[in-house]
Amino acid sequence: MSKDQNSLEMNLAAKNQSTSSNGIDLSVNIAGVTLKNPITTASGTFSPHESSEFYDLSELGAMITKGVASVPWDGNPVPRIAETYGGMINAVGLQNPGVDYYIEHEIPFARKFDTKIIANVAGHSIPEYCDVVERLSEADVDMLEVNISCPNVKEGGIGFGTNPAMAAEVTRAVKRVSKKPIIVKLTPNVTDITEIAKAVEAEGADAVSLINTLLGMRIDVHRKRPVIANKMGGFSGPAIKPVAVRMVYQVRRAVKIPIIGLGGIMTGEDVVEFLMAGADAVSIGTAAFANPTAPVDIKNELIAYMQRYGFKNLQEIREAFQG
Amino acid sequence: MSKQVVEGKIIGQSEIAPMIFKMIIHAPEVAASAHCGQFVNVYPKSKSTLLPRPISISEIGEETITLVYGVVGEGTREFMQYETGESIRVSTALGNGYSVQEAGVCVLVGGGIGVPPLVELAKSIKGEKIAVLGFREDPILVETLESLGVTVYIATDSGKVGFKGNVIDLIKAEGIKGDYFYACGPKVMLRALSAYCETQNVPVQVSMEERMGCGYGVCVGCVTKIKADNEKGFVLKKVCKDGPVFLGSEVKWDE
Repeated sequence: MSKDQNSLEMNLAAKNQSTSSNGIDLSVNIAGVTLKNPITTASGTFSPHESSEFYDLSELGAMITKGVASVPWDGNPVPRIAETYGGMINAVGLQNPGVDYYIEHEIPFARKFDTKIIANVAGHSIPEYCDVVERLSEADVDMLEVNISCPNVKEGGIGFGTNPAMAAEVTRAVKRVSKKPIIVKLTPNVTDITEIAKAVEAEGADAVSLINTLLGMRIDVHRKRPVIANKMGGFSGPAIKPVAVRMVYQVRRAVKIPIIGLGGIMTGEDVVEFLMAGADAVSIGTAAFANPTAPVDIKNELIAYMQRYGFKNLQEIREAFQG
Repeated sequence: MSKQVVEGKIIGQSEIAPMIFKMIIHAPEVAASAHCGQFVNVYPKSKSTLLPRPISISEIGEETITLVYGVVGEGTREFMQYETGESIRVSTALGNGYSVQEAGVCVLVGGGIGVPPLVELAKSIKGEKIAVLGFREDPILVETLESLGVTVYIATDSGKVGFKGNVIDLIKAEGIKGDYFYACGPKVMLRALSAYCETQNVPVQVSMEERMGCGYGVCVGCVTKIKADNEKGFVLKKVCKDGPVFLGSEVKWDE
């Protein structure tokens, strides 16, 4: 069987599965790739090996894996984590084993599951982003998510995501070398996120994901110093959800490409909020720290919501929103 | 699935020293999964405290686990108020735990709230056992360890009970000898003990502590340096998943 036939059959199987529960169709198409449901995992909060110890990854619409760079990165010193009211701050600094290790060890394991693989790409410079994208273009992944928005890496990262011209430049460069659809992940740490979204759409980004973490800080008043070693870090969790919903709403009205919405989703009704704001799919992040099976539980809550209101597919939810 | 989060039921809870609580939880899946030196994630009910609290397992029963924890923040302040019969969200056992070795005399070294996992460890070790325990003021679990046939030596910072000073000085002062060491406690203690064991040419397993996010290996928050034969001389390992127990000789202590 050819690879195309194989993937066609798998798509049909996914389609069947997506409509199996009470006539509800959860499937969504992102840049030509069909996800059987809109639930994905936010990069950095998911690992195929560790997460699969708690739930069947085939339940996911797609797995978005942790950022990989062209070479291994050590990340930031510890402590890297601080809890905040209704959220947390992290400054892991994109510690990762590098793209070669990812291709050799992570993808084959992830492929055992009936779901799409979206590889998240990290870099300090445009050549580094392009190097990773080129290599992943030849690897067995379905899409790439380019992280131009990590607040925890000094050179690059967020620098590309806060300036429309630089965001456009990265997008243009990676699109030139990529054979896979490109999702560009946007930072909320900007004055007008629609400017960045429009800039990456104009350079051919196939989709955008938003929001990455908000830059935050916590101070230990007893020890009289910052809680995390990096001083500042990325603020995530349910506390940031209103900011994320607002930005998805704004970006939906500024660009035509699909949006993967994320930021503080804890429940199925939170997913509905993002869909109504204009997201095509969503990512579950920090919720998976508070509950390792959160992506599956949230999917089931989404189905329960749809049953309650008689929605048959995700588009009906989006169209029902009056705002 | 090999791991899960379950609703356990609290069988009893008591304050065994100022702000140190012992909680017994009925949770058969957790008890069945557990091994000495592992920990569980305890999930607060409050929506404001999102992250699980990793707490070492002190004792493993047929269908129960015993946790001994210090009240250090909002999460543990919530746990201390739980009543008998109340439910508690707890993961099955996490981390690698101690690798129990056949050895002549085993020495168990504990510091403060690092003492609790030594209880289940003591049950797992056959043969002669000595415990050297250090506390700021008030010793805990001394009778429990003695009832398991462990000879217990105590050091306190204040000298309120036992030897005045730290556990390393106590080991030297008493001339305590062992063929295999196990330890759990603050990093400074583990580091000093590893250095001491190296001079004595005896192995030591240390249970490390680091601030965790998820507690099951996805967030990469709780890393520690482990010696490796590469140009940097180390690799980063996850305390929650690759540890918390490492050989003292493999930990790169330089920070």
